[in-house]
Amino acid sequence: MDLDLPESTLAFRAEVREWLAENVVKLPSFDTAEGFTRHREWEAKLADARLSVVSWPVEFGGRDVSLLDWLIFEEEYYAAAAPGRVNQNGLFMLAPTLFSHGTPEQQARILPKMARSEEVWAQAWSEPEAGSDIAALRSTATPTSGGWLLSGQKTWSSRAAFADKAFGLFRSDPGSERHRGLTYFMIDLRAEGVQVRPINQLDGEPGFAELFFDEVFVPDEDVIGTPGEGWRVAMTTANNERGLSLRSPGRFLATADRLVRLWSESRDPALADRVADAWIGARAYQLYTFGTATRLAEGASLGPESSVNKLFWSQLDVSMHETALDLLGPAAEVDDTWPDGWLFSLAGPIYGGTDQIQRNIVAERLLGLPRGDR
Amino acid sequence: MRFALSAEQQDFAAAIDAYLSTADCDAAARSWAEDDLGPGMKLWHGLTDLGLLDLLDAGGSLVDLVVAVERLGYHAVPGPWVDTAAVLPALSIESGGRLASVVAPPHVPYGLDADVADVRLMLTPDGTYDFAAGERLSSVDRVRRLFEPERGNRVGDAVALAFEHGALATAAQLLGAGQWLLDTSVTYAKQRKQYGREIGGYQAIKHLLADAVTALELARPLLHAAALTAAPRDVSAAKVAAGQAAALAAKTGLQVHGAIGYTAEHGLGLRLTKVRALAAAWGTPAFHRGRVLA
Ligand SMILES: Cc1cc2nc3c(=O)[nH]c(=O)nc-3n(C[C@H](O)[C@H](O)[C@H](O)COP(=O)(O)OP(=O)(O)OC[C@H]3O[C@@H](n4cnc5c(N)ncnc54)[C@H](O)[C@@H]3O)c2cc1C
Repeated sequence: MDLDLPESTLAFRAEVREWLAENVVKLPSFDTAEGFTRHREWEAKLADARLSVVSWPVEFGGRDVSLLDWLIFEEEYYAAAAPGRVNQNGLFMLAPTLFSHGTPEQQARILPKMARSEEVWAQAWSEPEAGSDIAALRSTATPTSGGWLLSGQKTWSSRAAFADKAFGLFRSDPGSERHRGLTYFMIDLRAEGVQVRPINQLDGEPGFAELFFDEVFVPDEDVIGTPGEGWRVAMTTANNERGLSLRSPGRFLATADRLVRLWSESRDPALADRVADAWIGARAYQLYTFGTATRLAEGASLGPESSVNKLFWSQLDVSMHETALDLLGPAAEVDDTWPDGWLFSLAGPIYGGTDQIQRNIVAERLLGLPRGDR
Repeated sequence: MRFALSAEQQDFAAAIDAYLSTADCDAAARSWAEDDLGPGMKLWHGLTDLGLLDLLDAGGSLVDLVVAVERLGYHAVPGPWVDTAAVLPALSIESGGRLASVVAPPHVPYGLDADVADVRLMLTPDGTYDFAAGERLSSVDRVRRLFEPERGNRVGDAVALAFEHGALATAAQLLGAGQWLLDTSVTYAKQRKQYGREIGGYQAIKHLLADAVTALELARPLLHAAALTAAPRDVSAAKVAAGQAAALAAKTGLQVHGAIGYTAEHGLGLRLTKVRALAAAWGTPAFHRGRVLA
């Protein structure tokens, strides 16, 4: 057992650190029209330096680096306070799904544009009547010549207000129930029959949107996996959302370090314990992830441990931000970073499967407790 | 970087488990609390044969040690083995089969089993002293036989690492106790029925157990990292997290068991009281959090 980084990783880290130090800029929120455009430009710049998708194969714009190197990249990225990833749902949820289930044609067509954020992707899973119980979804897909006609409604789709494309499940077999008869589609949000209605979030910006589909044509080539087998494909996406790819430890470490620096300005003894716990939590998550990376490198695959991850980081993020606001006191109200981070952290226990759902998964699949009522 | 236990380390843990599960550790702990040290000493001899008590002297690493000590915490083995197996080697003193009792005021004010220990040492910032066992005190964990130390002669220099070893091994013991509390509660939740079904089918119970396993799983890597570095900040992070996770597992375990867990016959109480006692031993959470921020 060791924590020593290989020479190649140290060299990579130095390169990344240097590039970020020279190039990081502060951008407006990507939940605004202007911010979204500026973020696309940032992503293209990252891609030019071949730093947008470091863990992907070279042919799609990556560098094929190990999971460990990617984790180190993320640490550097967030430590440098680089902009959030506008295409994160594409990069960290759809891309792993395509790597496991997409055809070579799909990978070649979609991934390079995603790597440069020429196409920004939204996740279209939730529906008005299907939140936690995603298998209750009602949107339909009807076969037609050369493809499918999609109808129905999706909601709470992050960044869909400005995004180009979306991915999600539709019921393709009208007689089917629950997890059966679902098909996983990629959809052009500019296609005829799609209507996007932005929804403002707690910060007043259109952070997500409702999507209405009225007989939207999607060609067969935009189905991921086998029609009717969408659920199995979707589970890859879900494990990535809960597991480490969407929420690598880098951002929590960076937040914890910022919090410790904020605390050291006042050294408020009443908050010392909470600040220390934040740092301990972020370090624990980093080390736990190193353990996961080791197991994956040795051939294991991610299972219900993803839910342990999600439970941990979602709560850590909330408590770190609450502590920061308490430290700032009345000034917190007008601070220009921590309140935004706090509002965002509050969503953590809700999206990606709520924390209650994660607890059910941990209890039933990791601890083997009996399945309960749903 | 390879952040996972080696096959040898896992085998060693399994060997300790195999030995301790055939012995009645809980009964030995209860006898120990009643000053009948015979059954507990039998365990000690078995553990000595496994190489546990002089692991560090024999070339084992601190990671090996925390892996072993976690198992001792799991099985609630009585006696001053943190002092003997973890602290003595840091002072470059070989145990040679002897029992040690180490105090480090103010963080470790009382000597564990000091009346029967062969080696009694007091760690202070200006040197190491020997001490005599004074008044007997009763711990919230009745298995911890504590004595007021009466300082004697200076026998050596101050050794900062000795404190880190003590705190680290205590964190490992806490984590082991917490893991037992979780495992036992999960097993119970699968068997115990109320309202016609297993209580583990109820979300209120599931969610408590899910939170406890999450806390334990995330504390363990801190312990392993601290064993790799023995750096004060890492040791403190491990001690705080292991203490918190074990305390959560203890409260959860008691709630899941209901009244049966509140009885002296059940092994739960042995761990629950130990977890409370160890929370403050070798540095309180506030002390260790202070070191994290230093
Ligand atoms: C900021 C943000 C971004 C999001 N982005 C996206 C996105 O990009 N794409 C997308 O598709 N969706 C997105 N979502 C939606 C998110 O996935 C859903 O909100 C989530 O799955 C919960 O569904 P719901 O909101 O309908 O709540 P509900 O499912 O109605 O749940 C309400 C409450 O009931 C609890 N509950 C429900 N079922 C159970 C159960 N079986 N046991 C115990 N408790 C239960 C829940 O935990 C929750 O506390 C986003 C949400 C947020 C807040």
